Amino acid sequence: MSNKILVFLEQRNGQIKKSSFETAKTASDIARHLNYEIEAISVGAVIENVAETGRYGVNKVTVFSNSTLANYSTSAYSELVAEYAKETDADIVFFSNTSMGKDIAPKVSIKLNAGTLMDCVSLDISSGEIIATRPVYAGRALIEAKITSAKKVFTLRPNVFNIGQTGDTQAEVVIKEVAVPNLSNKVIEIKKSEEKLDVAEADIIVAGGRGLKGAENFHLVEELADVLGAAVGTSRATVDAGWRPHSEQIGQTGKTVSPNLYIAVGISGAIQHIAGMSSSKCIVAINKDKDAPIFSIADYGIAGDVFEVLPALIEEIKRAKS
Amino acid sequence: MKIAVCVSHAPDTATKIIIGPDNKMIDPNGVTYAINPFDEYAIEEALRAKEKLGCETIAISTGRTANKESLRKALAMGIDNAVLLRDDAERDTLSTAKALAEEIKTQSAELVFFGKQSVDYDNSITGQLTAELLGYNCVSVVVDFKLDGNKIIAEREIEGGREVVETTLPAVITAQKGLNEPRYASLKGIMAAKKKVIEEKPALESENAVEILKMKKPPMKHAGRILGTDKSSVGELVRLLKEEAKVI
Ligand SMILES: Cc1cc2nc3c(=O)[nH]c(=O)nc-3n(C[C@H](O)[C@H](O)[C@H](O)COP(=O)(O)OP(=O)(O)OC[C@H]3O[C@@H](n4cnc5c(N)ncnc54)[C@H](O)[C@@H]3O)c2cc1C
Ligand SMILES: Nc1ncnc2c1ncn2[C@@H]1O[C@H](COP(=O)(O)O)[C@@H](O)[C@H]1O
Repeated sequence: MSNKILVFLEQRNGQIKKSSFETAKTASDIARHLNYEIEAISVGAVIENVAETGRYGVNKVTVFSNSTLANYSTSAYSELVAEYAKETDADIVFFSNTSMGKDIAPKVSIKLNAGTLMDCVSLDISSGEIIATRPVYAGRALIEAKITSAKKVFTLRPNVFNIGQTGDTQAEVVIKEVAVPNLSNKVIEIKKSEEKLDVAEADIIVAGGRGLKGAENFHLVEELADVLGAAVGTSRATVDAGWRPHSEQIGQTGKTVSPNLYIAVGISGAIQHIAGMSSSKCIVAINKDKDAPIFSIADYGIAGDVFEVLPALIEEIKRAKS
Repeated sequence: MKIAVCVSHAPDTATKIIIGPDNKMIDPNGVTYAINPFDEYAIEEALRAKEKLGCETIAISTGRTANKESLRKALAMGIDNAVLLRDDAERDTLSTAKALAEEIKTQSAELVFFGKQSVDYDNSITGQLTAELLGYNCVSVVVDFKLDGNKIIAEREIEGGREVVETTLPAVITAQKGLNEPRYASLKGIMAAKKKVIEEKPALESENAVEILKMKKPPMKHAGRILGTDKSSVGELVRLLKEEAKVI
């Protein structure tokens, strides 16, 4: 036992992601409660905003750097993180439950001989142990669980843990040049999708379903998303019909999201759809069927026709914003 | 070369979840179990690789006898053989991965397909854990897969796009929806699968590293307010979003 926590900070395009700062803040609160030390690690080429981690209660960050590490490499990243965790004898390693976090955390856990709890939505401490709550069965139940092995790996769901008050301390940044990264597994290209904003990272989502009647009517959903600065999401029905790409699908076989505002238009609210969005903070439903299941989880609803309500809503929001 | 595919047997996604009397797991009474939906993409991709390379395929599942149903489904779709690693205990992902890794080693399978996630505990890591235990390369959440000799080019879904990953065999691939369109089992396939013997052996025993203390229902979300039935309500809606929910 060294009483040490390590936080992995994920960078994309040389910027630490917001979800990593949420994880850093949460982990630093845990460290304070447990009276543990905490530090962070990141891997990349050049990372611009890494010192900002200090604002979230983590005062030391070690950056493993090499020009070939700008993009993710499962092999190189997991080796560097696990080696550093061993070197510092960290007991607990935190990741965000992002596409990178879900890939690297299990690799690191095997290298450390650690148990893993993924996609945690809350962490409590009881008798000096971390008790994590995480959704199972696509959010239809929650479990409280603990890791019984000496070394522990947790991933935290993005956009759930509150960043709260932040300070203005800058973290001490130690840069370590990596001589020969293990690139047996490497990203050779990133294909950006056409969507401007990914649902998994958006604060506001406007999701359209089969009630839109056809691909040609989605401009209404896109316009509403535009005026709100939101991402466009959808149901599986429209993906299967070929109206929308799978990258926009929300639900059990799509993405899990928890934005501040989720507006569902012409979506019935099937159990598999709700699975992916029920942890949204505020839910609005627009559906002409007042008995549609989506209304049972919506904070506000309009039981009307999308073709009448959407254009009016777009105008109203434009007015409210100007 | 041999290709393996790991399948889990999970509650149908529309199942109503009722918490069991021990408050630690679901009440299985009345729950319909079926092959985990993501594992169908894994099977399809294994079959495509088999058709291209002409090699042997095997489906592996660890758990109770009921898992044979999902193994049968794999056989009906065209997988050559199946093995059940029998285990009646509740296992965490780590001990599941250890059992699977052991069998993959025994089978000397060099290309192994998993689903990206099992729709019970939604862990999404069994493939990655198994790869790491075996020392295999791994690409998770794959939506496009190409194998050329020893070389793999796979595309994995990430926030805002896809990463194109280059790696080599031996490897574990975890399948995401969109990778392919799983075939339906033909009647002939179903009949043939019924006749096949599914090998059964005890799963490697190992200790769990995760303990479930409690299972509970998520807090009930109170149904909200229906503000109206037409566009006359949008003013009120925008006001509430601004002033009450404070989200815009
Ligand atoms: C294994 C499995 C996995 C699945 N995974 C997912 C998943 O990840 N995500 C997902 O979304 N689904 C998933 N599904 C599918 C899910 O069961 C539903 O079929 C799907 O969500 C329905 O999409 P929808 O709400 O757009 O369409 P519908 O259910 O057809 O609903 C359309 C709604 O639009 C309303 N409507 C129609 N016209 C208008 C109008 N003019 N104005 C206003 N409202 C109107 C109707 O009242 C209706 O409520 C999955 C299913 C299975 C079996
Ligand atoms: N008991 C099991 N037997 C065989 N394969 C499994 C088992 N559990 C999980 N898997 C595989 O691991 C994938 C991911 O599962 P999970 O990590 O539990 O979400 C599944 O899609 C299956 O391919």
